[in-house]
Amino acid sequence: MNQSRIAAWLDERLSLSALSDLARKKQVPMHRHSLWYYLGGMTLFCFLVQVISGIFLLLYYRPTAEAAFESVQFIMTDVPFGWLVRSIHSWAANLLIFFAFVHMFSVFLLRGFRKPREITWVSGAMLLFLSLGFGFSGYLLPWNQLAYFATKVGTDILGQVPLVGGWLLEVARGGEDVTGATLTRFFGVHVAILPMITTFFLLTHLVLVQKQGMSVPIGPEYKTCRQMPFMPNFALRDLVGWTLALGLLVLLASLFPWELGVKADPLASAPAGIRPEWFFVFMFQTLKYIPGKVLFIDGELIGIAGFALAGLALVLVPFLDRRASREERGALFTAIGWIGIGYIILFTILGYVA
Amino acid sequence: MQVAGNGRRSIRCGAAFALVVGLWCVVPAGAAQTPNSCINCHSAQTTERLRQPAIRYPDDIHAAKNVSCTDCHGGDASRGFTENDPRLAHSRSKGYRGAPRPEAIPELCARCHSDVEYMKNYSPKLRVDQLLEYRSSYHGKALAKGDEKVATCTSCHGVHGILPASDTRSPTYKTNVAATCARCHADPDRMAPYGIPTDQLALYSASIHGRKLLEEGDLAAPTCNSCHGNHGATPPGLTSTSEVCGECHANNRDFFNQSPHKDAYAEMEIGECVTCHGHHDIQHLTDDKVGVSSESLCIECHAEGEPGYQTAAGIAAGLDSLKTMLAIAHERLERAERGGVDVALGKFDLHAADDALIKARTAVHYFNPEKFNEVISAGLTETENVIGHGDAALWDLKLRRIGLAFAIPLILFVALMLVFKIRQIERRKPIP
Repeated sequence: MNQSRIAAWLDERLSLSALSDLARKKQVPMHRHSLWYYLGGMTLFCFLVQVISGIFLLLYYRPTAEAAFESVQFIMTDVPFGWLVRSIHSWAANLLIFFAFVHMFSVFLLRGFRKPREITWVSGAMLLFLSLGFGFSGYLLPWNQLAYFATKVGTDILGQVPLVGGWLLEVARGGEDVTGATLTRFFGVHVAILPMITTFFLLTHLVLVQKQGMSVPIGPEYKTCRQMPFMPNFALRDLVGWTLALGLLVLLASLFPWELGVKADPLASAPAGIRPEWFFVFMFQTLKYIPGKVLFIDGELIGIAGFALAGLALVLVPFLDRRASREERGALFTAIGWIGIGYIILFTILGYVA
Repeated sequence: MQVAGNGRRSIRCGAAFALVVGLWCVVPAGAAQTPNSCINCHSAQTTERLRQPAIRYPDDIHAAKNVSCTDCHGGDASRGFTENDPRLAHSRSKGYRGAPRPEAIPELCARCHSDVEYMKNYSPKLRVDQLLEYRSSYHGKALAKGDEKVATCTSCHGVHGILPASDTRSPTYKTNVAATCARCHADPDRMAPYGIPTDQLALYSASIHGRKLLEEGDLAAPTCNSCHGNHGATPPGLTSTSEVCGECHANNRDFFNQSPHKDAYAEMEIGECVTCHGHHDIQHLTDDKVGVSSESLCIECHAEGEPGYQTAAGIAAGLDSLKTMLAIAHERLERAERGGVDVALGKFDLHAADDALIKARTAVHYFNPEKFNEVISAGLTETENVIGHGDAALWDLKLRRIGLAFAIPLILFVALMLVFKIRQIERRKPIP
């Protein structure tokens, strides 16, 4: 049976030609902002690296307080190329969140969320939150001292939510404190629950991107811009980017392997300078600056409510920016976008310097 | 209906009990207290010496345990103040004995502190042999001979404001002991009749023990009473020094007692540990104090050509070889770790190798080449094991670098091929 006969056999049953036709027909606009179109693909590449390296790690990782640290140590020292796989998993996780943020802000500033791409934006925003969830749940899994206390501080914030805070805290930790039960729970979330939800939003996001094509920025100059075929021209360019990203990952993982640290000891005092992963630092730093009490309301509660509202506003952006839906460029949302970028950068730096 | 009758009786008893408890609860706490004439009168005194007891006593551990003024001084605390007549409180018929003289103080305190049954009411684990200990001390013996200048209980513990030794403000709290002893022992006038030096506090404060305790607050470090005893304070004898030091430095003591120095020192009538280490001014000894270099203590007694000289040279060489190997082990593990290789297992074994150096420094006290070399050999084996870990980690690092040197050009080559492919495609079919 030759290759074309296999393809014909599969096509007869799965209608694959419809998908390949979709890719063949897709055109990518060429203009001075086209570079930003590669960010989504780069985020997807990091996600694929996470899935593959994560599956490899799963073969050796043991999700209990007694064995987690030792199993990661075993991966790092005894498993052939285990150190490389684990370091790539850690570095790719960070690059994924970095690219996801850059992708989100580029789409925001270019108004890529406007009609008819509202659902694409909403699914993308959900994917960003899910990536942060992956980062938070995965950070605890090596069960080292830093991760233990960062998770303790991070989950403490949940306890501040009015009425249901205590309940939320217990659900997140699987008890009153961060224990082996929390580790097992985070592991389940990291490798089963989040991947399941992510698969749904990712498929939605990718199908819509392929179906609707790339959004063109607002303005008459973009109406008549040249178009590049997605297959093979853009896809090959994407592949160049992915290859270089792989090189970067290998370089980072080899020269700066991710440290394992010291095994978590719940009875030890918290290490100095404890802070969450860098992508949560801007929120952590903001909470530090809010006074203990604002009028009669708990300061931290105001901060949490503020971030929850900001998250909700981010999801609802396509429905809030009415001018964009009328194909008009508004200064307000551009300003909000740049202020958001400036705020995240400034507060992240302050988190490390202050 | 016997049961019903008993029930009624029980109810009546219960009601009466409740009434008594209720009344007890509603009576103000202060109403039941008898006025303390001692405190009231002495608080109002204009003479500082007479006022001090009333000011300090409320903080005293005895006040907290309801031991009153009259328990030590006798008399009647319920009378005298309201009548404005101190003679009623100071009544000899009520056992008033006033301020006890120094020679009476140990027995006075011992009335309670040596009473096993009585002291159990306060702390079952509290020692009750202080008087016996004190009588065996230099202070106690001198007092028995009529020397009233020597220390008694109140000299160290204070009076009327006595705090438990666990209280950081107490003169007997571990970090305050040296200063407490020095109140007398650093006073040249006071010590002159006894012909003993007064520089102990200065020497101790500059010693390794003093610096640890007084500067770093390390409560494991010894102070005066750790070596001299407290209630039974006596200078240790020449041949018992190693037993005193061995309370903490047990292995050093055991090894020294097995060494040829034990009998030799006794014969020469020189102190055991103190001959090399000093006593109040004990310093942290460095390795160059062992051996035959100009810094060595060994050559003060052992001349070249003597067996002792050879032993000293051998010990120094053994320590040097172990330290050299340990430095190599540290360097290799650190280099591998800086390169990003996980060396946790190597570092774990390194702790054991570092411990081997501590053991070897302790084993110096054997002053016996065979026994010392056994410890050195064990340490060298541990260290070679760590060096093995380090070499394996460095080899792993080298492999990673070689792999990286191949992987990066390969990846760049693939990226370049893809760029050529794109150009080729777009030359054949340009983008419109």
